[in-house]
Amino acid sequence: MENQKTTVIAALVENKPGVLHSVANMFRRRGFNIESITVGHTEQKGIARMTITVSGDEKTLEQVVKQMNKLIDVVKVGRLEPENIVTRELALIKVNVPDAKTRSDIINCVEVFRGHVIDVSPETLTIEITGTPDKIEAFLNLMKTYGIVELARTGLTALSRGTKSIRIDE
Amino acid sequence: MTTTKMTGANALLDSLEHQGIKEVFGILGGAILPVYDALCHHPKIRHILARHEQGAAHAADGYARASGRPGVCFATSGPGATNLVTGIANAYMDSSPVIAITGQVPSSSVNSSYMIGRDAFQEADIIGITTPITKYNHQLRSAAEIPQAVNAAFYIATTGRPGPVLLDIPKNVQAEVAEIDFNTKIDIRGYKPPGNPHPLQIRKAAELLADAERPVILAGGGVITANAADELLTIAELLLAPVATTFMGKGSFPEIHPLSIGNIGMHGNPLANKLLLEADVLLAVGTRFSDRSTGATNTFCAEAKKIHIDIDAAEIGKNIEVDIPIVADAKKTLTAIYERLIQQAKKKTENAWTKRVKEAKQLLNPPQNSEPTELKPKLLLQTLRKLLPEDAIVTTEVGQNQMWSALYFKALKPRTFISSGGLGTMGFGFPAAIGAKTACPNRHVVDIAGDGSFIMTEQELACSVLEDIPVTVIVLNNGVLGMVAQWQRMFYKKRYMAVKLGNSPDFVKLAEAYGAQGFHVQSIPEFQKAIKEALKSKVTTVIDVPISSEEDVVPMVPPGCGLNQQVGDY
Repeated sequence: MENQKTTVIAALVENKPGVLHSVANMFRRRGFNIESITVGHTEQKGIARMTITVSGDEKTLEQVVKQMNKLIDVVKVGRLEPENIVTRELALIKVNVPDAKTRSDIINCVEVFRGHVIDVSPETLTIEITGTPDKIEAFLNLMKTYGIVELARTGLTALSRGTKSIRIDE
Repeated sequence: MTTTKMTGANALLDSLEHQGIKEVFGILGGAILPVYDALCHHPKIRHILARHEQGAAHAADGYARASGRPGVCFATSGPGATNLVTGIANAYMDSSPVIAITGQVPSSSVNSSYMIGRDAFQEADIIGITTPITKYNHQLRSAAEIPQAVNAAFYIATTGRPGPVLLDIPKNVQAEVAEIDFNTKIDIRGYKPPGNPHPLQIRKAAELLADAERPVILAGGGVITANAADELLTIAELLLAPVATTFMGKGSFPEIHPLSIGNIGMHGNPLANKLLLEADVLLAVGTRFSDRSTGATNTFCAEAKKIHIDIDAAEIGKNIEVDIPIVADAKKTLTAIYERLIQQAKKKTENAWTKRVKEAKQLLNPPQNSEPTELKPKLLLQTLRKLLPEDAIVTTEVGQNQMWSALYFKALKPRTFISSGGLGTMGFGFPAAIGAKTACPNRHVVDIAGDGSFIMTEQELACSVLEDIPVTVIVLNNGVLGMVAQWQRMFYKKRYMAVKLGNSPDFVKLAEAYGAQGFHVQSIPEFQKAIKEALKSKVTTVIDVPISSEEDVVPMVPPGCGLNQQVGDY
């Protein structure tokens, strides 16, 4: 498809059962593509925040926001402009460590990427790394050479830079 | 805060009474028994027993469309609830305010603890199932929240772009005794329906319309929903703009008015399809530009500047790109544009475009001189129009009967032509007619049916007879599933597969078996006589009219083609 782009949508939703279902169901039924989704509580009572990474052409992305807005339990939706946001993702990576040389090589890499080793066993290291998806991809490529045993990624979460914010009272 | 101690079931029915509900359609079952028991103490609410939950949902839908007031249906858990699904999906596609109340297995009970989620007897996840086909749905957890939930359901169903709302009530919640507070405030922070149009957009729209050389108005179902037919007429007469309607918009503009050019679309009036494409400015009101209306979108009014009024922001730019979007109520918007127009411009006078409209009308919709005697759909429907009063309500089934009705039965008032437009549900028309008659007992209600559609919900004859809701059903009986047979004839080289229905049942005997009356007719005079009998009748009448199985609905825009590629004569 031409003119495909990826955008980050932040939605404030009622924190009650079934809301994730109705959002995910709307994406499925209208053929929109979720690349990642994270959900968590916010500073505002009874409100959860969904951060959804979506890809599509401009018309599709506009429709995504409008269709999100139609859902009764979605209180507020905003598109985060890529040039004006901070994004982070967290990954936990379990890597094979056959010998002491490899172990120190990997620990060096972790330091360069400002990650942490959070668990150690005779054969493995478990590493926590936080950053933009690009940074995580770069680190994973490096680790592939040693052999990744297990990987868990949280998906992207994001906020606007500066004073700009998405709140229900605004 | 004043509260009253009562059961959840009584709280539900009291809340419905507060909403002005006097009739509900439904079928009971184990998981909704507490509500039905409470109906014994609510004589102001009439319960109309359908014979299948789909019938109850369509009846509530027909009730809503005929009256403009929300229609309510009840069903039990599991299969009762899933049988509502087609009816709810139908209401969703056509933006009809239906409130569905379903019983659910207990969320907790003294003896067997929690039952939801344990695959209990007659348990179905109706919230999960109806999420994509309701405007909103909600499962209640306590009796105390019932008034708030019911009020919110009505508010959501009837405001903005209307749509069905489902409330799922576990049996223990219906039976629970609680302190109930009916003084609830509706404050839904995620739902703010649009109100007034933006003044800047109004100014731009008025300027465009004032300067238009060949304006055309396209009126959709939103005009009817917004009760904006009078405003539409006023603005059309001011601009001398011809008015086309979408299928759902039929009835929003009197089809005998000189400016009426009929329905657009796949089986639209050639006059509407032609003139629409000649427009330099298109004013589209309350339409979602469905594929059946627009044909191939790349040829749809490609040169025209487009103004699109819709209360649903998501409809703007969804199917057709427009120049001036206005997200607001159609009635308020048309009023605002009109007021702006009369400030700045004089009423338009006869011009090249009005002359063109008149000539095209003479050419493409010539007045009929011949008196054909065959039982052809066109003549039958024209005859029916002459016999029915202006305010009679017509419902249709789906397929050829529906498209012939759209082409040849002239609707004169809003809410007098009721049909399943979006979902295309065969079997809708008859229960919808029962619902319409319930809402408007002093008006005639006629279902224009095909034999294939009528058989899908004919069991509601029992409901109409025993509940004393007399309607008329005209079965255009061609012994086939006519519309798909037509497609097999046109696009599959006459390889007919699974379309023959034969001559079973005998619709007169079927009607009589239910206690209704039936007539076979063989000629136009017999048809006229049967209609007159039906209009006098105190019981439901089924009129069986044999027509040719080879009869096509034409004109037609073949699928994938533009409106300019219509074939066949009107």
